[in-house]
Amino acid sequence: MAEMMYWEGLQRAHDEEMARDPLVICMGEDIGVAGGTYKATKGLYEKYGPLRVMDTPISENSYTGLGIGASFLGVRPIIEIMSVNFAWLAMDQMFNSAAKVRYMSGGQLTAPVVFRSPGGSAHQLGAQHSARMEKVFMGVAGLRVVTPSSPKQAYGLLKSAVRSDDPVFIYEHELMYNMKGEVPDQEYFHPLEGSEIARSGTDVTLFGYNISVHWCMKAAEILATQYHISAEVVDLFSLAPLDRAGIKKSVSKTHRAVIAEEDEAPCGVGSEVMAIINEECFFDLDAAPVRVHSALVPQPYNHKLEMAAIPDHEDLVKAVLKLFGKA
Amino acid sequence: MKLEDKKRVLREMVLARRFEERCYQAYIERKIGGFLHLYPGQEACCYGVMEAARPGHDYVITGYRDHVHAMKCGADPKAVMAELYGKETGVSKGRGGSMHIFDTAHRFMGGYALVGGPFPLAAGIAKAIQLKGGDEISICFLGDAANNQGTFHETLNMAALYKLPVLFVCENNQYGIGTAIDRSTAVLDQFKRVCGYDIQASQCDGQDFDVVYEHAKKAVAHVRNGNGPYFLELMTYRYRGHSMSDSRGYRTREEEDVWKQRDPIFILRDRLIDAKALSMDEFTTMEKDIDTYIENEVIKFAEESPEPNVAELEKYVLA
Repeated sequence: MAEMMYWEGLQRAHDEEMARDPLVICMGEDIGVAGGTYKATKGLYEKYGPLRVMDTPISENSYTGLGIGASFLGVRPIIEIMSVNFAWLAMDQMFNSAAKVRYMSGGQLTAPVVFRSPGGSAHQLGAQHSARMEKVFMGVAGLRVVTPSSPKQAYGLLKSAVRSDDPVFIYEHELMYNMKGEVPDQEYFHPLEGSEIARSGTDVTLFGYNISVHWCMKAAEILATQYHISAEVVDLFSLAPLDRAGIKKSVSKTHRAVIAEEDEAPCGVGSEVMAIINEECFFDLDAAPVRVHSALVPQPYNHKLEMAAIPDHEDLVKAVLKLFGKA
Repeated sequence: MKLEDKKRVLREMVLARRFEERCYQAYIERKIGGFLHLYPGQEACCYGVMEAARPGHDYVITGYRDHVHAMKCGADPKAVMAELYGKETGVSKGRGGSMHIFDTAHRFMGGYALVGGPFPLAAGIAKAIQLKGGDEISICFLGDAANNQGTFHETLNMAALYKLPVLFVCENNQYGIGTAIDRSTAVLDQFKRVCGYDIQASQCDGQDFDVVYEHAKKAVAHVRNGNGPYFLELMTYRYRGHSMSDSRGYRTREEEDVWKQRDPIFILRDRLIDAKALSMDEFTTMEKDIDTYIENEVIKFAEESPEPNVAELEKYVLA
């Protein structure tokens, strides 16, 4: 086990997969000569050359479509889209081409392509550079959505995504690229489906994914030390499909659920997890599930307004205390 | 091209025409559902280009007016008709329909229903060819109206930048759904729009098979020889509406009649008759034989094939 940063985990996964298979390529804006906005492709241009490390024009929909078309012939492109906000421009190709082609061709074609894109509020980036919107991607048949909360997951999920015959959208976070964590020295493939218990507990389940897993962990620590509430933290690293069995198992044990999402609430991860709880284990509940989420506003520039718009671990603690009648 | 080969092409074009007209009838009878976009009038475009290319070897991708391109690549007309009937024996196992014909065994990479959507996919196929080092080319057939999508410009830019082996064939049938080109598009000659990307481009008559074939030979050679993309604009016309829900109120019957004077099948037929390679009787027999084949084999197969099993609704969503 070596400690490495989130971006280093991504870079290592790129490098190993490209070294193994000449049909693995990567493409995106500034990923080659410039080394990648978040360094996930650092050094690859020098090592693999311009044919396999493609600096693309700022044409998100069409370079995404180009990668998808190449994948029809067995090429495995890793397509970086610099921000989830820009990925919306590529939704046409992701949804209409990559996600549907296997079905509408009766299984003749698949699009083994990986889309990587960071979302999330960073530091005062304003309305058009701060969106999350993972909820849009997780509702599309034929598209897998995973979201790493640690360097180990970033490395292992990308490795598995490259090997998958399905199109996989990897939702990253702009604030997490420099996060450090243990990553196995030997090759590691993280499953693309399921969930992980990041902390075991008995009184309430806190569901998080990506950055909100870390809010959940902080909140669980505060709840344990200050309020003697034992919170279980479940990391939903797969958003499509969501782990119905894992959600049920944890809530059936703790009888209470709080879902933490940086995204806005409507039609989101929280509402979907709540629906699954209703469908799978409604009678195990001791209290109505609660979601902690962003305000429904275009992200403001002003720092105080920005902080007010997105939730944090303190909001989670408050929500849990309310569930237990302590606030 | 030898006269014998031209006779074969004529026969294929007649089959394409009769196949499409038979689809029209089946649609009226509600045997075919959804949207149905038919090809009559434009046959010389597909056949002229594909005779100059290598069907089944080169990769072909197109929009939703896709039955004929699939068949020219090698798809079995029976399996294409079965797809239109929504049957399990259809090329796309009844999951695709008219707008999503696929036959990857013959390198027909599909029909796509978002206007302009195939542009970047075609460039991607060319990118894969470039990486693998084969001598295939990627051929993208689309209509003039697709050129008003952003994907047109974005893809031309990348195709030129990366010098991709892709041939863009613009079948300029003068209408984007129900809007005439001069009401939607500032520049009527589509090949001129491509010059800004330093891509070789030309325009020719799309009704005359021989003319298309000669131009396509140059275009295909250009792409196959590693010179990067080529854009070939073919001036043509569709006799039917955009789809079956279209009563063609946006154009005159006189305009249609003018174009029908230059029917691609009649042009080729008359040339073969003039060259004494074909008689009118022979042509009439050819048409009858094709009608019999379509009725007794193609339609029969589609009618008698089973529908998909509902228990397999979710098959093919994920690998």
